[in-house]
Amino acid sequence: MSFSEKIRGLYQTQLGEIRNAGIYKEERFIHSSQAADIEVEFPTGAEVKKVINMCANNYLGLSSHPEVIKAAHAGLDTRGYGMSSVRFICGTQDIHRELENRVTEFLGTEDTILFPSCMDANAGVFEAILTSEDIMISDRLVHASIIDGMRLCSAQHDTFKHSNMEHLEEKLLLHADKRIKLVITDGVFSMDGDLAKLDIMVELCNKYDAMLLVDDSHSTGFIGKTGRGTHEHCNVMGQIDIITTTFGKALGGASGGCVSGRKEIVDMCRQKARPYLFSNTIAPVIVSGVLKVFDILSASTERRDKLEKNTAYWRKGLTEAGFVLKEGDSPIIPVMLFNAKLSQDFSRDLFSRGIYAIGFFFPVVPNGQARIRTQISAGHEIHHLDKALAAFIEVGKKYGILGLTKEQIVAKYGL
Amino acid sequence: MDDMKDLVLNYVIKEYMEDGDEEITYDTPLISSGYVDSFSMVSLLVFLENKFTIKIPPEKATPEAFDNVNSIVALVKQYLK
Amino acid sequence: MHSLFNKTAMYSGFKDYLTGQLNEIQEAGLYKNERIIVSPQGPFIMLDTGQEVLNFCANNYLGLSNSGELIRAAGEALKSHGYGMSSVRFICGTTDLHKELERKIAQFFSTEDTILYAACFDANGGVFEPLLTSEDAIISDALNHASIIDGVRLCKAKRYRYENSDMEDLETQLQLAQEQRFRLIVTDGVFSMDGNVAPMDEIYRLAQKYDAMVMVDECHSAGVVGKSGRGVTELFDLGGKIEIITGTLGKAFGGAIGGFTTGKREIIEMLRQRSRPYLFSNAIPPFVAAAGIRMIDMMTETNVLQDKLHWNSEYFISRMTGAGFDIKPTRSAICAVMLYDARLSQDFAARLLKEGIYVIGFYYPVVPKDLARIRVQISAAHEKDHLDKAIDAFTKVGRELGVIK
Repeated sequence: MSFSEKIRGLYQTQLGEIRNAGIYKEERFIHSSQAADIEVEFPTGAEVKKVINMCANNYLGLSSHPEVIKAAHAGLDTRGYGMSSVRFICGTQDIHRELENRVTEFLGTEDTILFPSCMDANAGVFEAILTSEDIMISDRLVHASIIDGMRLCSAQHDTFKHSNMEHLEEKLLLHADKRIKLVITDGVFSMDGDLAKLDIMVELCNKYDAMLLVDDSHSTGFIGKTGRGTHEHCNVMGQIDIITTTFGKALGGASGGCVSGRKEIVDMCRQKARPYLFSNTIAPVIVSGVLKVFDILSASTERRDKLEKNTAYWRKGLTEAGFVLKEGDSPIIPVMLFNAKLSQDFSRDLFSRGIYAIGFFFPVVPNGQARIRTQISAGHEIHHLDKALAAFIEVGKKYGILGLTKEQIVAKYGL
Repeated sequence: MDDMKDLVLNYVIKEYMEDGDEEITYDTPLISSGYVDSFSMVSLLVFLENKFTIKIPPEKATPEAFDNVNSIVALVKQYLK
Repeated sequence: MHSLFNKTAMYSGFKDYLTGQLNEIQEAGLYKNERIIVSPQGPFIMLDTGQEVLNFCANNYLGLSNSGELIRAAGEALKSHGYGMSSVRFICGTTDLHKELERKIAQFFSTEDTILYAACFDANGGVFEPLLTSEDAIISDALNHASIIDGVRLCKAKRYRYENSDMEDLETQLQLAQEQRFRLIVTDGVFSMDGNVAPMDEIYRLAQKYDAMVMVDECHSAGVVGKSGRGVTELFDLGGKIEIITGTLGKAFGGAIGGFTTGKREIIEMLRQRSRPYLFSNAIPPFVAAAGIRMIDMMTETNVLQDKLHWNSEYFISRMTGAGFDIKPTRSAICAVMLYDARLSQDFAARLLKEGIYVIGFYYPVVPKDLARIRVQISAAHEKDHLDKAIDAFTKVGRELGVIK
């Protein structure tokens, strides 16, 4: 066997190092649907425990919405289970085109192309449209999938400081000579919950003759007055050249993503994007579910309004309790603890009180910026938030951090 | 010598540090500590090449060689006439 | 919606550039138009033109894409576990169903553990970088799937390439790679354009001789090749001996979405910690996991689908060969009918569609220049009279176009 003891040993050593560094990822088994209340088995083999989920991307509470489930069922019955094909061979049903059109209409763009996931959309879009004569200028905190997409593209690349518009302008000036300049940002940044300054970015792009790509995965469906996304919030609908987003978070949470934007760009992706050409079409059952999600979103803004209220309630509660929070206008609310070990201890103590929220630390967030990331959902009721808040306060008291500033927490626990 | 170090250090502070970051010194790890990612390294490379009118071969511009100001200056000196 | 867009100076320049590129693609005859289907996937499909055609170009090898059993399993899980997880696996996206499917896939392939992905494209894209460094070597078949190529591009290991299934060349490359710390030979189990099966016995022997690990992509072979559908490792009696197997739930195994990597325990554990498409993309929905579990159970209970598929493939190939067609040698359900000329392959496919047979003609750059072909994909869902109808249509069009006598 060529998988020798030497190789096995090497991987075991590396895994041991990951464990010792305290960054080993343990999976918790959920025995229920995704919702505000979930049933979790953790650690493996432990009795299943009912907890309130504060860490899903289930922003609109649609992951187990009865109407979405019903629509998916109907999709199974009328459209079958899978297509066993890529799009351009025999994997395109009329409902795939229908969903593309619905997304286009919802986002206010020219055309849309579906991908198996937004990870694949981001992995495929750059290489399909740019060459080595061009430059990609990205915010330093963009999502990992954009980084991978840029790694696969031969265009040159540079970065600007997170949401720092002066720095972006410097970079646009520096690269004025390149053929195509593509500025790249997340709409809502997943770890901090802050929004990109798309209004200023659009202005800068116009001034310096650049295009703009926004990954709106953490905003489509609920950011902006009618939930169209960050571009609606910033009042620049119709001015973003490329939007990538996912159906895997607020929009039902099953699977699938897309590139939406200029017609020719979308067409080019259809001809050239490798994850589109070489991976399966989205299963009709998933498409049926997402179509229902768009029906729900178009009928009323009730769910995003409730999410906004819940978010304000939660933010106010945590602030009054004396936690240090990151500023932002999204349902992602990071409770800052700064110290990595503290973030893990805090998360564990929350879990024992029936609250499920994850601690994040380096390298997922910058060194010394460990936090509990809470994510609010329209599926939460006030009693969920009250219970979670009580648990946060109890654990906050236990570690003596309520009312402390960043400096005081750092003095107490170190970075 | 220290002039060169300060020049590089100042550029790193201006280009990569955010408000509220810890102060960095000549031997603060830049890449392994997450201050500078591999994409952002490009601007540092361009800065060095323009500032000192040198050409650093891509295979020498490794994350290790760029990990602190001391090692960056050592690399630059190899290519200075 | 057009009017919503403010035409920035940048985009108008870029638009012209893209329009030019798209025109070039059109003129080269490479523009991909999508045919719109209004029915479930099956031996027959209904096009939006109202035409019902026999489908010979799906990866629906076992005919499970519209399987009542899988639909029932998925439907039950929709009730018990909802629609989506809205999370990556390690935050709050892992259900008991995901774990059960991972365990079952490992049992099925006689491996130690399994990790699920959104697609096999992602499994292949994320397998190399976490395992290998610049000290190591990847020795890859020249005709491997695009997703393997992308995965290799994202990994720093030294790259060696050998001609398709050319064992002499593989041996040469292995010799050249002896200085590296670890070596990984990577091959498709069945190559999707020719349908040929990788000579796994020889590859395994060379791997032993030159101290290399082996990875095989079973996308077009899992469920299809081997008596019980366990893929090329079964065909060559190598169960449990291959370090890494990647595969998909998106072809023979139901055809919805989802892929996996199965193999040595430490390898899978490392992927769970470091593989980017796993860490940064959604968990597959629980109903896909549930259908996957049912599918593996069906595979384990009986070989009736495999038996039918094998019979269908052999029947189709022998009658087509008998009719005078030039067919690439295969032990899979992919049958490449060689026409060599690109235009001929397009005309042939268009005429077959008129006869009610849906197939695709492939030509350069998807296949080498002057090796254009029609790729026929056989399914266990095809009945004998479907095959006969297709063979008759091929024969008729073949005569009309002077391909056969």
